[in-house]
Amino acid sequence: MNPTDEPHTSTKPVAGGAAATSFNPAQQRALLVVMPHPDDESFACGGTMALCAKAGAPVTFLCGTYGDMGRRMGLPPFANRESLRDIRERELREAAGILGARVHFMGLRDKCVEFEDPQQLAASIRERIAGTAPTTLITFYPGYGVHPDHDALGQAAVLAVRGMAREERPRLLAVAVGEPAALEERLGSPHLETHIASVSELKLEALRAHRSQTAQMFRQWQEGDLDPQMEQMRRRMVEVEEFYELDPDQPTPLERAAA
Amino acid sequence: MQPINTTQLQSELDAREARPVHLHLETTTGSYPMMGPEKRSRVVAFVRNAKIEYERGVITGEGPYRVGLKLDGGWVYADGLTHWVVNEREELLIAGLDKDGQLTVALQLSARPFREE
Ligand SMILES: [Zn+2]
Repeated sequence: MNPTDEPHTSTKPVAGGAAATSFNPAQQRALLVVMPHPDDESFACGGTMALCAKAGAPVTFLCGTYGDMGRRMGLPPFANRESLRDIRERELREAAGILGARVHFMGLRDKCVEFEDPQQLAASIRERIAGTAPTTLITFYPGYGVHPDHDALGQAAVLAVRGMAREERPRLLAVAVGEPAALEERLGSPHLETHIASVSELKLEALRAHRSQTAQMFRQWQEGDLDPQMEQMRRRMVEVEEFYELDPDQPTPLERAAA
Repeated sequence: MQPINTTQLQSELDAREARPVHLHLETTTGSYPMMGPEKRSRVVAFVRNAKIEYERGVITGEGPYRVGLKLDGGWVYADGLTHWVVNEREELLIAGLDKDGQLTVALQLSARPFREE
């Protein structure tokens, strides 16, 4: 899952490995989320988005692709390879409405983000940063996104911020994907966490709006035959969202793996 | 998409014979098989909007089905096909869907290029 076994050094150290600091949505002037697929936003940081929107901060989701190469076609199938694009666009617009966010699409081909020119991607992300003036940008942790699109767009977001004057940069927060204990071993404790219990219903509603992708998950939850790991995942999903703060001037694990 | 009806699907294959068509051919494990209980490897391949022309196209098998397209000097082949539809753009979409409704394989033919934007 991880491209490198090197010890991780690219995030700001947390004093004494202390517990994560709380993320305060009331302190945000604006929030920009940069992720490649419709539904990434709801899974990774839907609660944080909803809290920021409730506190009056404009929330924008810059979505890299339309998720058009996804393989969940619904059960019974209501989508096909060619209709999935429009279905997922509609689902995302509905979910974003629930979370209180605006959506912009970059129009990239699903699964092909890593083959684009990273500097070009960074430039278009930077344009969106200029247009929304976020105090915080949330993306995937390059090298810890599991999906190659997650890594590639996370990397482009780091490059986007790296290319900005220091005083204009948003704070860069990254979501690592995977089993919490394994991530903790590699990356240490997350630096920031948002407690989202007060907006858990909104997050679930947004996830439900991505019905082509999540209907089966909700059905499984309802049937209640979850193994302990799935049960833990479900509980965390509505309690807390965790982030690593990245220093954009430090090489990411993805860059170090390629070096 | 509907479960495959081989008679109807065969006539759709016949109708697209011996003329230039755009091909979408794909197989996928999904992007997260390594996170499942069996920790399988990710295997994905697709070709989109390759231009081909076949002299003979056949669907066969008891279900899941196989389709072979005989080209002038080559072949297109897919196994594991279960569902199909001709959509509003007159595109012939054939796919394999597993018990959870997840696409495992796709073979699609269209006179016009498949949407790419
Ligand atoms: Zn994703």
